[in-house]
Amino acid sequence: MSNNRVTRRQFLTYTITGVGGFMAAGMLMPMVRFAIDPVLQTKAEGNLVLTSQKIADITDVPVKVDFTFEQTDGWYKSDVTEAAWVYHDGNEIVALSPVCKHLGCTVNWEGDPAHANQFFCACHAGRYEKNGKNVKGTPPLGPLDQYEVAEKDGYLMLGKKIANTFS
Amino acid sequence: MLNKIYDWVDERLDITPIWRDIADHEVPEHVNPAHHFSAFVYCFGGLTFFITVIQILSGMFLTMYYVPDVENAWKSVYYLQNEVAFGEIVRGMHHWGASLVIVMMFLHTLRVFFTGSYKKPRELNWLVGVGIFAIMLGLGFTGYLLPWDMKALFATKVGIEIAASMPFIGGMIKTLLAGDATILGAQTLTRFFAIHVFFLPAALFALLAAHFIMIRRQGISGPL
Repeated sequence: MSNNRVTRRQFLTYTITGVGGFMAAGMLMPMVRFAIDPVLQTKAEGNLVLTSQKIADITDVPVKVDFTFEQTDGWYKSDVTEAAWVYHDGNEIVALSPVCKHLGCTVNWEGDPAHANQFFCACHAGRYEKNGKNVKGTPPLGPLDQYEVAEKDGYLMLGKKIANTFS
Repeated sequence: MLNKIYDWVDERLDITPIWRDIADHEVPEHVNPAHHFSAFVYCFGGLTFFITVIQILSGMFLTMYYVPDVENAWKSVYYLQNEVAFGEIVRGMHHWGASLVIVMMFLHTLRVFFTGSYKKPRELNWLVGVGIFAIMLGLGFTGYLLPWDMKALFATKVGIEIAASMPFIGGMIKTLLAGDATILGAQTLTRFFAIHVFFLPAALFALLAAHFIMIRRQGISGPL
């Protein structure tokens, strides 16, 4: 066999490997793209949801406001109830998500009698200040998310969840 | 009669050597509990496999009634457990077996560790065993969601948040597992079902085959 000459056998090996590779990729590509679709999908913007909370009744003490909206989960549409901790901060209305930033449990305002004026997560004793800022030395690594807020006919409206801007 | 059927097949396909390769092999004295009772620790690997077989069989039968759908998953589990004859038993086998398989696998790992059986030439088999361990934990994690009760939902929420806390790719892993960036719902349940019933068992079979082929090729490690 002389240098740099491709033998008949080598040529066939390369050809079959190449064709096989294309066939395998042709089979796998649709399946992989199918499986990772949720990561690449762009989410629709959340609309504002009307709550039954009167703006005038909001004080500077956080209260839990439940609100219900239609959630689309793939092919499944359902009414989902979520909650927000709402209070007045000066002229601003603050609506914080009750989902703990540690592992997703639910936080309560003054849930621990030992820590007044703080949000408390019962799962691993995570704590947050009133503006949602996580207390150093407790498990959460970030502040509570906040909801976009708006007003309609004297009632509170809540929008999509965004990163905390108060702390 | 059975002998005649066996001979008829054997004459055509020569199955005796296959049968001998699979089942007929020496059990050294130091791993035989009949000689030294303490050798029962060498049974843990076989027991793990035995329970795995129970898991596969009971799981196959559970899917005759179970549906991975948010409306009906819990109801179908309730129905198969309370209305179907022996439903409590079959679901019980799968439920308790899931914990037992982890316990047995852990004991098997301890035995291999303390007898030093992972040392040369069996390093690769230890690595495959670690892979089997990870797949078993994955099966436990994905199976836990399927009854779709409150415990299942919140355990999975926490589990997915743990995965999401990984630097840089955590968010992507979360979406990939849950099927949605924020919701743990219908798409999560179908994904976990598919992973639990098809993907992980397929990987498990491949690794178990490698595990067994290697131990047969290399034999059981010698006495301490």
